[in-house]
Amino acid sequence: MIDLLVDLFSDYTLRTVALGSALLGITAGSLGGFALLRQQSLLGDAISHAALPGIAIAFLITGSKAPLVLILGAGIAGWIGAALISVVTTRTRIKYDSALGIMLSVFFGFGLVLLTYIQRQPNANQAGLDSFLFGQAAALVEQDVLLIFVIGSAVMVLITLFWKEFKLLSFDPDFLGTLAYPVRLLDYLLTTLFVVAIVIGLQTVGVVLMSAMIIAPAAAARQWTDRLGRMIALAGLFGAVSGVGGAVTSSLIPSLPTGPTIVLIVSGIVLVSLLFAPNRGLVFRRIRDWQAGKRLRVDAVLVDLYTLASQHSSAEYPHSERVLDVMSTISGPAHRTLKVLKDLDLAKPIDSTKWSLTPEGVRRAERVLKRQFGGTP
Amino acid sequence: MSPSFEIQLIAVVVAISCALPGVFLVLQRMSMMSDAISHAILPGIVVAFFLTGNLSSPLIILGAAAAGLLTVALVELLRKTGLLKEDAAIGIVFPALFSVGVILIAQYAGDVHLDIDAVLLGELAFAPFDRITLGGTDIGPRALIVMGVILVVNIVFISVFFKELKLISFDRALAGALGFAPALLHYFLMGLVSITAVGAFDAVGSILVVALMVAPPASAYLLTDGLKPMIVVSVAIGAVSAITGYWVAHWLDASIAGAMASMSGVLFLSILIAAPQRGLWSVWRRKSNQTLLFGRKMLVIHLYNHEGLPEAQLECRMDHLEDHLRWDHSFASRAIRSSLQNHYIVQQGPLLILTESGRDFARSSLVDL
Repeated sequence: MIDLLVDLFSDYTLRTVALGSALLGITAGSLGGFALLRQQSLLGDAISHAALPGIAIAFLITGSKAPLVLILGAGIAGWIGAALISVVTTRTRIKYDSALGIMLSVFFGFGLVLLTYIQRQPNANQAGLDSFLFGQAAALVEQDVLLIFVIGSAVMVLITLFWKEFKLLSFDPDFLGTLAYPVRLLDYLLTTLFVVAIVIGLQTVGVVLMSAMIIAPAAAARQWTDRLGRMIALAGLFGAVSGVGGAVTSSLIPSLPTGPTIVLIVSGIVLVSLLFAPNRGLVFRRIRDWQAGKRLRVDAVLVDLYTLASQHSSAEYPHSERVLDVMSTISGPAHRTLKVLKDLDLAKPIDSTKWSLTPEGVRRAERVLKRQFGGTP
Repeated sequence: MSPSFEIQLIAVVVAISCALPGVFLVLQRMSMMSDAISHAILPGIVVAFFLTGNLSSPLIILGAAAAGLLTVALVELLRKTGLLKEDAAIGIVFPALFSVGVILIAQYAGDVHLDIDAVLLGELAFAPFDRITLGGTDIGPRALIVMGVILVVNIVFISVFFKELKLISFDRALAGALGFAPALLHYFLMGLVSITAVGAFDAVGSILVVALMVAPPASAYLLTDGLKPMIVVSVAIGAVSAITGYWVAHWLDASIAGAMASMSGVLFLSILIAAPQRGLWSVWRRKSNQTLLFGRKMLVIHLYNHEGLPEAQLECRMDHLEDHLRWDHSFASRAIRSSLQNHYIVQQGPLLILTESGRDFARSSLVDL
């Protein structure tokens, strides 16, 4: 463990990869929050695939493999893909999902044509271009990390500057329009940031897995909070944690690729969040359902006892358990619920089969009836 | 058969097999399920490969179909929790499964031939060299036989369940109320998508399966209004993409699968722009015609209101329209030009004077309003 920490700070490759993945995780995760809320979870997938021809064209034009050149090409292609999706869905009856599928696969196919074309050119120095396909986190160098840092910071600054606008855009774009904000322009700005965050990640996790970097941290963060600010911050944190976690894990186990490891870790975070997040989590919800059920059963048996007793001289008149079994609106025998009532001191057994309310039980039953019917039945 | 012809035949069979289930994906707004399934079958292929040791075993198809159905089930499970929307569920499930596949390959298959590039990208050019022989005689390329069988399965399934598929595509609730088990049919359809995707993966690669499943039906959606015509047109567009894609690839010496996807995109783009009624061009023309019609109506009504009155000298001047009707200059002159062409008005110096047919048009427009 200590060795690992030492490595993290001293080992050049590990430090570079971990830092790059963490920065990427923060940027992609924060933007993913907006995408999730705007139900554009799969837009990231489409943009990352659509970026491929841009990479190939940038290489064809400049002959350079400098990350900045390729990222610029990728960004332009990804942005065109996103714009086309928006045009197709707003102007024709093609639905969003079809538009995504078409742009994703057609752009990617075109990129593939260009890549194979480049490969078959004599003296083509294209080795490394297809690392964009699957990502090669291990090949990150300090300059790449610096680039990710600069671009990521710019994205974060813009998110902060346009916080209020992006928030409204995510929750109520029509209202944003009535406030005379340029909705289309803001939409394009957010999409552009989205494209930027995706293309800087391509080199690390690759085209196929980039969509998970966008959506999974946000989906996990959504379960823990109902506030946008906290959600975006948490998403960034989850992204960073899985980035570092993936980098470290894959450095410990031989031939474990970094990108897929990051994705598996972030998927694990999603799973844990879905299960254990307070309020929304499935386990929490199950417990709450169980408690509510228990309370309903207690109230139902209490009211039944009270109703039976109201036919007699005293509200504490005892009745047989079997009567309660058939009378009750709840399913199943009343025995367990009666025991709960006894523990709560609301009812007491008179002999082995009969039960009566305690004075406290009578008061509680009257309260329940008042709440349910506004009086006695 | 020459290899060139065989490749084209395989390409067409793949394109048609993909277009058939694709129609229902597009109609049911589940196009991205094809993307999810075609990626998520990777671990299924890998596990089946480890079990059998070769990539041509029929078990590979079963493994992939199982992984495809697992994807569908997981997406459904996540969606049913109500904690995630369907698109987010898809976006989380398939990268996770895909990662499992990539890691399995990296860990255990380092020295055997199972290349992610091959799974993702495919290479149709080599398909004719992998042949199936039966009792010593060559019966054709493996890809052709496999995809031929899958095509037949697709055709049979869609013909047998045509009515049911139609119903769940257009009115899922009604299908459920009539007792057609839409959920079961949904899984059957997804199973079909999975086996089609896996059959196609070594021919065209998993990502391009998406192009062939979504682009032709979406193009057909812009051209037709019935389910049967949509299926026929999708199949035709798929086949045309396959053949033109082959020749483009041949010409550029590039990836055939990529060129097929590109051509399906080119066809989609052309149809998107030029489709009668629903294309961008005709939508734009219809809109601008309606705007101009509205402009003519406003203009003649305006002139009709002020005709013969003292203020007509002021109100019926060309430049006054821009103030009174708040039209910008270019729209005002377009409306005037269009009205002149329709002989609703004539120009006398700076004044616009209604003709008799212009007066009729103004009166009938007022009645319409």
